[in-house]
Amino acid sequence: MDFIKHQIEKIKPNFEKGGKWEKHYYSFEALETFLFAPATTNGIKGAQIRDAIDLKRLMMTVIISMVPCLLFGMWNVGHQHFLAIGQASATFGQKFWVGIVQVMPVVVVSYGVGLGIEFIFATFRRHPVNEGFLVTGMLIPLVMPPDIPLWQVAIATAFAVIIGKEAFGGTGMNVLNVALTARAFLYFAYPTDISGSVWTYLGDAKAAAGYSGATPLSLAADAATTGTNVVSSLNSFGAGWNEGVFSFSNMFMGIMPGCIGETSTLMCLIGAFILIATGAGSWKVIVSVFGGAYAMGLLLNLIGGNAFMEMPAHYHLVIGGLAFGAVFMATDPVTASQTETGKWIYGILIGMFTVLIRVFNPAYPEGIMLAILLMNVFAPLIDYFVVNANKKRRLQRATV
Amino acid sequence: MGKLIRLKKGFTINLAGKAAPKVVETEQPETFVIKPTDFFGTYMPKPVVKEGDTVKAGTVLFHDKKHENVMYTSPVSGEIVEIKRGEKRKLLEIKILADKKVEHEPFKKYSVSEIANLSIADLKDQLLKSGVWPMLVQRPFGVVADPAVTPKAIHISAFDTHPLAPDYSILYKGQDQFFQVGVDVLKKLTSGAVHVNTHTTSEISTVFSQVKGAEVNKFSGPHPVGCVGVQIHHIDPINKGQIVWTITPAGVIQIGKLFLNGIYDASKLIAVTGSEVKNPQYYKTYTGASVKKLLENNLKQDHVRVISGNPLTGISIGKEGHLGFFDQQLSVLPEGDYAEFIGWITPGERKLSFHRAIGLFSFLSPNKERVVDTNTHGEPRSFVQTGIFEQVTPMDVLPTYLLKSILAEDIDEMEALGIYEVIEEDLALCEFVDVSKHKVQEILREGIELVQHS
Repeated sequence: MDFIKHQIEKIKPNFEKGGKWEKHYYSFEALETFLFAPATTNGIKGAQIRDAIDLKRLMMTVIISMVPCLLFGMWNVGHQHFLAIGQASATFGQKFWVGIVQVMPVVVVSYGVGLGIEFIFATFRRHPVNEGFLVTGMLIPLVMPPDIPLWQVAIATAFAVIIGKEAFGGTGMNVLNVALTARAFLYFAYPTDISGSVWTYLGDAKAAAGYSGATPLSLAADAATTGTNVVSSLNSFGAGWNEGVFSFSNMFMGIMPGCIGETSTLMCLIGAFILIATGAGSWKVIVSVFGGAYAMGLLLNLIGGNAFMEMPAHYHLVIGGLAFGAVFMATDPVTASQTETGKWIYGILIGMFTVLIRVFNPAYPEGIMLAILLMNVFAPLIDYFVVNANKKRRLQRATV
Repeated sequence: MGKLIRLKKGFTINLAGKAAPKVVETEQPETFVIKPTDFFGTYMPKPVVKEGDTVKAGTVLFHDKKHENVMYTSPVSGEIVEIKRGEKRKLLEIKILADKKVEHEPFKKYSVSEIANLSIADLKDQLLKSGVWPMLVQRPFGVVADPAVTPKAIHISAFDTHPLAPDYSILYKGQDQFFQVGVDVLKKLTSGAVHVNTHTTSEISTVFSQVKGAEVNKFSGPHPVGCVGVQIHHIDPINKGQIVWTITPAGVIQIGKLFLNGIYDASKLIAVTGSEVKNPQYYKTYTGASVKKLLENNLKQDHVRVISGNPLTGISIGKEGHLGFFDQQLSVLPEGDYAEFIGWITPGERKLSFHRAIGLFSFLSPNKERVVDTNTHGEPRSFVQTGIFEQVTPMDVLPTYLLKSILAEDIDEMEALGIYEVIEEDLALCEFVDVSKHKVQEILREGIELVQHS
């Protein structure tokens, strides 16, 4: 350790003011502080002691909470691959290996491109490299289809980091969730690659007899037009090659085709548990997104009208990306509502809009992405009203 | 009579090195210093003594252009040895080499019944010329009280919840009579009540519980419940245009002594605390004492930070520095200028944190006393995490929005968000828990100064 420290100290002057690589100070600082927590002490005035937490640790906590989703996702990619090509007997190891080979390149590209851009911006805009992308870089792969072309991942990440974040001034200043910006970019720029039958990685192999790439959301939307019962059409799906794939318990476990990391409600709940226990994510947002979606589902059940509207409300919580979005996307502290009261409103509206978009707008089967982006835009407005209420209480006190 | 207020939000920082309940008489320090920078709201302090002059306790050292009738006087008798000035000849400190025995400037003595009939003008005059007046702090802004104003209330916090804080039942033991007279005097200065705010769990000294003529309120909860700003917010909040005064029990007792004994008595007990002190305990000395003798042969190691006041709001003064005017606590902590290999992720229950993020386990053992050094534990960043400041601010104030309005220099917004209700100590915990390491107290003072001069 001392050797590394010594080497760092030796090259440090080159990066400081007047040094020959002065321009790259913030890149150097990012690497240095990554290796060693800095030796800086608190000022003469003000708090002389500080909490042991910093942004790096907070971000690591969030990343750790995503690990269950990532690992499960890798296995599931392989599992779905072998089911789809009719080789259900493949071993756990084989499945996991296929998953690793499919998923790791996406993770590497996402981090590589994103961090590369972060460092370039840090150099030119002269601000520290922010830890925010550590989380974003992991979120992006988890919301990608398993065989997404890597160049699309690169473009989407670049777009999200540059337009979604750096254009606003970097981490902490962005309006939209960066990972969802990447997802939305792909959704609208390359719709054929991120919708339809892309949710299972087939590779060069031939699909099994009876294979279909439909998703629970598309089945439900179809059911609405044909008038068949959603639950029974979900339960009967996959006969012959993957029977019971869309049963409620299976969907809760997440053993079904979908984005790399967002299929499993269970894994998302484990992540939610870590986030809530560590205080890294707001439990208010998580609970209220689920609550809002469930309430909206119940309301639609009451109104009735078509088969999708009559789908039991709890199904909404396990299909699509609702759980993943609620736990990992909606809780992003920068883009969510920042007041405590606001968080409830923000979460409930995300849940409700998700279900509304799903049921009434079949053109966009995945409602959670659009619902969160929409509420990202409205979060400052919610906060505005909450803050105004605070100001009003103060004013009223003065006049009484 | 008084109110009972229970607060939940906050965080009591439990540090090692609390003062043992033992008062030690020791050889008095040689030098004492009065620093005009300890008084907010002064802007052109002008010394009236020269180097070489001899003074008594209560002799005027300087006064300020803002309120020219407020005198700042010497805590001890002796010789002026140094008048230190900084940039643009700004007065930084006046140093007094103390006599062995303190001689007092005589002020008029009163009996209890005489005080009751004293005119407010005479009363103020006595307070102003003796040097006791600056103990009165005005809210909003936390500045020296304006003698021309009648505050709507006067608040006294009778307990301290800061880290390593001294126990008031030791500090003010046996001062009942002086405290009572002090309260009697203060009652005449306000149009409203004098509030004495005590804590429910700690044993309340009779000094506070037996006081007559004041509202004795009870509070419970973690730090910052002991901060008088938080207490005011819950008892009788400050609105725009209103003024309240605050004073420490030490100040009240000084007032009592001034009127009963006719002297400016700047003697006080101070708690010498911190994990690096061999014998954390109480010492008897005077305002502005040099800390050199208190720390001689009393430190466990040499690489330490000496703080006048507590570790949250105090000022680093060095091993040969002098206590601040208001401080009754000296904290000595290990200096934190070391780099820790991947310190941003290494776990440790040793690391004290309000948070429970990965690797931080201190929440599991909140009653364990911890050694905390002065390392920043991270680098400054933009605001990212939300909702944390609110968890340590037991007031209907939104600290993040208030701080952002200050950074934006938006005065109307600062007013609307409650800048009149807070000073540094009330939000100091936000600075401690902040993930993004903002200098919350410094930002807040900038905001206060903007509002004050607008």
